[in-house]
Amino acid sequence: MSIDTDTARRVAKLARIRVEDEALPALASEFNTILGFIEQLQEVDVEGVEPMTGVTPMHLKRREDVVTDGSQPEKVLANAPDAREGFFAVPKVVE
Amino acid sequence: MTELTKLTIAGARDALRRGEITSTELTDALNAAVDGGDKLNAYAHKTPEIAARQAEAADARLKAGDAPDLCGIPLGIKDLFCTEGTASQAASRILDGFKPQYESTVTTQLFRDGAVMLGKLNMDEFAMGSSNETSAYGAAVNPWRGEDGVDLTPGGSSGGSAAAVAADLCLGATGTDTGGSIRQPAAFTGITGIKPTYGRCSRFGIIAFASSLDQAGPMTRDVRDAAIMLRAMSGHDPKDSTSADIAVPDFEAMLTGDIRGKVIGIPREYHVDGMPGEIEALWTRGTEMLRDAGALIRDISLPHTKYALPAYYVIAPAEASSNLARYDGVRFGHRAKLAQGDGITEMYEKTRAEGFGPEVQRRIMVGTYVLSAGFYDAYYNRARKVRALIKRDFDQVFAEGVDAILTPATPSSAFGLGAMKDADPVQMYLNDVFTVTVNLAGLPGISVPAGLDHKGLPLGLQLIGRPWEEGDLLNTAYALEQAAGFVSKPEKWW
Repeated sequence: MSIDTDTARRVAKLARIRVEDEALPALASEFNTILGFIEQLQEVDVEGVEPMTGVTPMHLKRREDVVTDGSQPEKVLANAPDAREGFFAVPKVVE
Repeated sequence: MTELTKLTIAGARDALRRGEITSTELTDALNAAVDGGDKLNAYAHKTPEIAARQAEAADARLKAGDAPDLCGIPLGIKDLFCTEGTASQAASRILDGFKPQYESTVTTQLFRDGAVMLGKLNMDEFAMGSSNETSAYGAAVNPWRGEDGVDLTPGGSSGGSAAAVAADLCLGATGTDTGGSIRQPAAFTGITGIKPTYGRCSRFGIIAFASSLDQAGPMTRDVRDAAIMLRAMSGHDPKDSTSADIAVPDFEAMLTGDIRGKVIGIPREYHVDGMPGEIEALWTRGTEMLRDAGALIRDISLPHTKYALPAYYVIAPAEASSNLARYDGVRFGHRAKLAQGDGITEMYEKTRAEGFGPEVQRRIMVGTYVLSAGFYDAYYNRARKVRALIKRDFDQVFAEGVDAILTPATPSSAFGLGAMKDADPVQMYLNDVFTVTVNLAGLPGISVPAGLDHKGLPLGLQLIGRPWEEGDLLNTAYALEQAAGFVSKPEKWW
């Protein structure tokens, strides 16, 4: 499996990270190094093995279905780059 | 009396309780040492006012009697832990200015016991790195130096924690370990570091990297201090559903040094190609030390060891790509300046390109790729199956009566800052070849300093234990520590 610059561009887009066109070949090359390393996994016989979902066998605890938190909008917004009138503010999303 | 900054946690605790010193004196001495250690770049954010306040409160508690072990003990906190009102930015530009409105459970418990926070410690960005060089603060520097005087890495990702403990800029520090990030820096700086069983410490309030692998743990001058600090950090937390509701024993009380009859496994697959002869020799010496202490040595096989790093470099980036999706410039941290006409997608893309460093970007994108349609089965599901096999390898040797496994901690001693600059990313990943299996299997692992190499730099040995048996593991480590008698300290140059 080899990654070309188009695939690198697509992955960057999916990850929502801007990568300039001139940086794409180097990025694709790094991906190929890493994926080449990962490729070893294809040698392993995994027939009949279930993918691991949790490393320690335990049941998730349940709690009472009650409200335990809330009513602190100032704290929630305290670190926002742009907060107005009790809301997070972002650029226009609909025309 | 030993110089205040050089005290162990146990030594300081006893002196505080006897009234020979006060936490305020101790904290003043450490604050001064922190200020004098700027060349090491171990602290990213110093908090002397908080420390002074906590020390005063601790002194009052000590005076009243019945103070917990950590009461009045000055610690450093890795920048990955959210500390209320104090910058916590995972050494990333994307969390520039972020001051959490809440406290991580681990630091809550440390402060409950009266610990004093000296500051936030440098690390690799989002704990992704093995040399501290991916930090937005610049690399922390190892207090140890070779004969040539070149600046060395303290390892990573908990490099600031390791440098601070080794250079006497705190009595102990918190670290986190996703693939070796406590144990490798501990080995590079001649200190002790334990990653407990997955689920032992709550992950609440620890900035997430790879949630199925991340665990917090202590980094200390010796095994006893690790036992003391781990006890305070451990325990069930309703805010982390993966934290185990299992009683936390008094680990320190389990340090008898008696390991007669314990079965120590020596895994043949850890003899990797190109391993320096010094590391092999150290491993052999460690094996002999444990045998001399009465342990039974057994050759064992962990056949899937070779596939641990490749599996890790699918699973960890996959989880990271999901966890780090939250950094979008909306709720906290950095937001890029936008150009006329830029919409929300441009905001995300520019913010993340500016905020994340190259290694973090690389891992997010690798994770995105292995989770994308068409590759999920071939990479991600296959890696999770291999992970199950790696865990099964350990389950089998433990079922056959092995109590602990001895391996080297790292494939080399500390290397020069900048030495890996032109290497491909995979070369750096190989640092974790001995430690990463332990995270994949969720086991406890501890690095104990065991000797010096020909350059005079510390080397560590790793012991791997059964799940939830950190007490037994610490005791084996204690026996190894006593036999190794490692007392070297870096010569002060900073």
